[in-house]
This record gives sequence, C-alpha cells and structure tokens, in this order.
Amino acid sequence: MTLTADTFDFVATLVRQKSAIQLERGKEYLVESRLAPLARSAGAVDVDAFVRGVRGDITKHDLVVEALTTNETSWFRDINPFTVLRTTVVPDMVGKGRRELKIWSAACSSGQEAYSIAMIIADNFPGIRTQITATDLAENMLAKGRSGEYSQLEINRGLPAPMLVKHFERTGPTFRINQQIRNSVTFRKNNLLDQPPMGGPFDIVFLRNVLIYFDVATKRDVLKRVRGAMAPDGYLFLGAAETTIGVDEAWERIQVGNSSVYKPREGK
Amino acid sequence: MKALVIDDSRVMRKIVGGILVDAGFEVVEAENGQDALDRMAEHDDIGLCCIDWNMPIMTGFEFVVEVRKHAEWRDVTLMMVTTEGEQDQIVRALAAGAHEYVIKPFTPEVILDKLQFLGLVEIEETV
Repeated sequence: MTLTADTFDFVATLVRQKSAIQLERGKEYLVESRLAPLARSAGAVDVDAFVRGVRGDITKHDLVVEALTTNETSWFRDINPFTVLRTTVVPDMVGKGRRELKIWSAACSSGQEAYSIAMIIADNFPGIRTQITATDLAENMLAKGRSGEYSQLEINRGLPAPMLVKHFERTGPTFRINQQIRNSVTFRKNNLLDQPPMGGPFDIVFLRNVLIYFDVATKRDVLKRVRGAMAPDGYLFLGAAETTIGVDEAWERIQVGNSSVYKPREGK
Repeated sequence: MKALVIDDSRVMRKIVGGILVDAGFEVVEAENGQDALDRMAEHDDIGLCCIDWNMPIMTGFEFVVEVRKHAEWRDVTLMMVTTEGEQDQIVRALAAGAHEYVIKPFTPEVILDKLQFLGLVEIEETV
C-alpha cells in the first residue's frame, strides 16, 4: 500500500464534494486501482505521488473524480431489469396509448445500458419511438457513449450475438452501434445532485447501482429529484442491492418475477 | 448439466472447462469437431457445447452444421468460443445454428454473462 492517510482523505473529500459519493476508510484499494492508470500515464512513481502532484492543480481534479466514479459496465447488465422492461413496463405504457417513450439512463457510464434499452425496444416494439437521455459525470465516458464504438472485449460483455449482428457493424478493431440506435440516445453531462437533465418528463428511469454510494440523506434527495423529473405513471429501476424502502416512502415497489420496479405513489 | 468443451488447445479446454465447472457444469472435453460428435453420441445429457472454430479434422463450424442435422440434439445450446471475430463469420455461425458467440480473448465474466442470458446459469445481480 503506497497510499498515505492524508492522500486518501484528500481524494475522499474531493470525490464527496464533487459527486457526493462517500469513500470511507478501507476503500484505499479502490483509490489505488482506479488512479493507477492515471498515475502511470502522468509518469508518477505511484498513486500517492500522483495525487500529491495534482492537489494544487485544480484542472486535474475532474480527472480524479471521474476515475473514482466510473463503473465497469456491460450490456444487459443483470438481465432481469431488461426482462421486466420488455414484459411488463413497456407493454403497460403502450397499453395506455404511449407511442413515444422518454427514458433516462442515469450514471450511464459508456452507454451500454442506454443502448441496451434502445435495442430491446427497437426489437420488440417496432412502432414505438424512444428518446433516451443518458447522463454521467464523466466527460470521457459520455464521449465514448456518443461515439457508439466498443472494443471487442467490451462487445463480449453480455451482448447477445444476434443483437451484435443486427445492430452493430465492425469498423476495423472496434464495433460500432448503428445510426438508428445511436440516434435514439442523447448523452448529457449531469450530476445527480443538480437539476435533472433535459428530455423529461421521463416515463422510465434507470438509476441502477448509484444510490449505494450515497448516504441516506443524499439517497432521499436524489430520489426526490428523480421523482420530480418523472411522469406520474412512470417506472423507476434501481440496482438489485438498492431500494426506496426505508429511504423515501413516496414510491411503491412492484415485484415482477425475481426483480422489482418502483412507481411514484399518487399525490406524493 | 453436462457441457462439452471443444478446442484443439488443451490449455483453452482447461480455461473454458474451469469456468464451466465453477458455474456448476460437469465438463467433457473434445479436441476437434469429429471427436466432439463422438462424445455427443456417448453422453446423451450434454446441454451446452463451447466450440472453437479452427481445429484439425473437423472445424467448429462444420460441427455446428452437423449437430443441427440431428433432431435429438436440437435442445443443445451451441456457443462458439473463437478468435474469429469478423462479422460475416458471426453471421454464418448463427445462421448455421449457433446460439452465442464469444470472441477470444475473454474473461470468465464474459462466459458467465452469456450463460445467464441463455438461461443456463442462475442470474446473480451485481453491484
């Protein structure tokens, strides 16, 4: 371990101020592993030296925050929410007469979740238009998402081969998602602690594996903002380890198979 | 469930087989497509085949074509695991009857993601 307590505290404070994500003691390994590539590319001998170097350089702070707040991502991550989307949520919306769905993929990282949603709806509900707003804090992730280009390793992670064949084309060493799917997703920089992004009110929100990083007060605050950005009959997907129960009682939990989805309670 | 790992590289068979054993499969190995057909005939409870493309004697693609001629094997899931990553090859393999396609190199998660999607292993949601 090369990270001093002082360095860790600096990074934890910076990340908390910029993203509200709590990095508690014991997460030193996370800071080490996420910042190691930055340290290497900056020519620093180790992460500790790298952080000492950027402390006074405010232009580098965003890089540090991005590295700590970006999650690994895969296509159709965990599958269940996408099954619920296809079998329950979209049919309900379509049954109510919706012909256009506004969807928010929050903390979208490099866009796999947003594009997975777009592909599922394109394949199963051909008459339905989708406008997906994909947001993240990290500019580098948004740029990657916008490009729609993924390496072979990224393509391998969870993307069913029939969808690869149908929606992607190979361009040299990478695969690029086709323009029709790309056009249904708009990437915007957004901090969940600020105002919700343009593009709402949203019929469906994916806010998965984000709340786990926040304390209860921040979770409640984020859920309230999300509710304010949703259609009254909208649906919210959270990560498997997350719930509104005990945090914000303005949501109704609906069990669908092994998975659950949330709806704003009326009048809240 | 029993899985058949078909690759002419012993090392690859061990890598893929190890992932499948950890996921709860019983693993049978074959060195090429013909060897694999023989194993299929021996074991009537193989539910999944992980198939390299380029192998001597009979390629993985030829194996897929052959398996799909047999009605008794119609429920067997066929997954290519190969360095061949050209789009037209993926299209050919799927058209011939493969369900899934993994391009080497891969991590264990890649195989597990695919098996989850195919409904062959339990879905464990990640955080």
